Amino acid sequence: MNPAATTAMALGLQRCEVCGLVSRPAAGIDEGRCPRCDEEIVFRKRDSVQRTWGFLIAAAVCYIPANVLPVLTTTTAAGSESDTILQGVVLLWSPTGWPLSLIVLFASIMIPSAKILALAYLLLSVRRGSAQNNEQRIRLYRTIEFIGRWSMVDVFVDTFTAALIQLQPLMSVEPAPGLFFFAAVVVLTMLAVECFDPRLIWDAAIPREVPNGG
Amino acid sequence: MSGCRESMSSGKCGRVRDSRVPAENQIYNQPLADPSLVACPHCDLLQRLPDLPFGTIARCPRCDDALWRRREDSLNRTLGLAIAAAILYAVANCVPMLGLTIVGRQSYTTVFGGAQHLWEDGREVVAALVLFTAVVAPALQIGCVLAVAICGLRRRPPKWVGAFLRHLPTTQTWSMLEVMLLGVLVALVKIADYAKVIPGVALFVLGALIVLLAAIQSTFDPKELWDRIEWAADETGRGGVELTEKAQT
Repeated sequence: MNPAATTAMALGLQRCEVCGLVSRPAAGIDEGRCPRCDEEIVFRKRDSVQRTWGFLIAAAVCYIPANVLPVLTTTTAAGSESDTILQGVVLLWSPTGWPLSLIVLFASIMIPSAKILALAYLLLSVRRGSAQNNEQRIRLYRTIEFIGRWSMVDVFVDTFTAALIQLQPLMSVEPAPGLFFFAAVVVLTMLAVECFDPRLIWDAAIPREVPNGG
Repeated sequence: MSGCRESMSSGKCGRVRDSRVPAENQIYNQPLADPSLVACPHCDLLQRLPDLPFGTIARCPRCDDALWRRREDSLNRTLGLAIAAAILYAVANCVPMLGLTIVGRQSYTTVFGGAQHLWEDGREVVAALVLFTAVVAPALQIGCVLAVAICGLRRRPPKWVGAFLRHLPTTQTWSMLEVMLLGVLVALVKIADYAKVIPGVALFVLGALIVLLAAIQSTFDPKELWDRIEWAADETGRGGVELTEKAQT
């Protein structure tokens, strides 16, 4: 057996997603059960591409109101004022506060948009059956898997700002509708990343012998 | 031994499990005869895991994914860290996290208070998300680790430990204490423009808790536990599949 070019699927073997055990399904069966942990196993995540597209498109749709609608409303004696995420970044920008402003800019604006674009690229390259840049593509996948959670920073910032500044009638801060859409973008992109099966990136390199279960 | 168990072992090799599930899902897969053969979770490359010394990592030669990192005394250390984490978690959720004073008025909030305030403001969905990622998921994560570490210390861990092991990665994904702490720090700086901010005890406890949770993740070795756990399928009847029969295809 030459390990350099053999995938488990090419040999008709399945890796359990839960416990990692490699096992062979009974003849003629695509979806068996892991003998160790009782999980149902398939060769590749079911409908991985379709589900990832679904979450991704939903995230892209929510991305627009998340950036256009205000996330916080500040009410003072002088009147009330609403800020979007980008305005929040600008407000944080000061001679001392600029590092934090950059953190929020990265976490709230760059990461979600980069994630949507990167996943769309991965999905399209899998669809095309591309066998190039596999190492870079898997690194891209790991990066978006790792940094995705940090987009939640803005949700927490707004939550605790609003919870703390409750000094009626002097000044109060309330969350605004944009926050819901922003949180939705973060959750939907995280779900999309979880649905994507990174093994699809490598499948084009090796001709398939066993048909994909989903 | 229960009747159910007996009927399973006296029946068709204990491999038919539940008549209600569709026919194709009734049958357990056959394990490989060689347990050191693994497939990379990120690229499916089939390879043999070497016998690692403690503290070293085995990586996939094709995609560089970390396949296994062997840890020394994994379960005992994990148990110790998890107990400490459980105590810190309880403290962090009971004491105030942030306070402020402005022209003689005081206001403070806890982690739970932040979510509660969002809920009262009519942002129920976001409040539920904050509650889940900052309070519920960390609790589940610590609970899962505790259960796994305590029961895993048995020589032959029972099957149901697998249920906790299985959900542990999900709780890790959604437990976002470190993200919350960064968010709180940003909020603190933001508010410092208007008022005098008082960092609460919970802020420091959370900092310590994040370090502990990271330590748990790097100490705990799920593979070691999976290798010892009681199997779902009847093990007496299994022979293990040799690879050679199909390797030439």
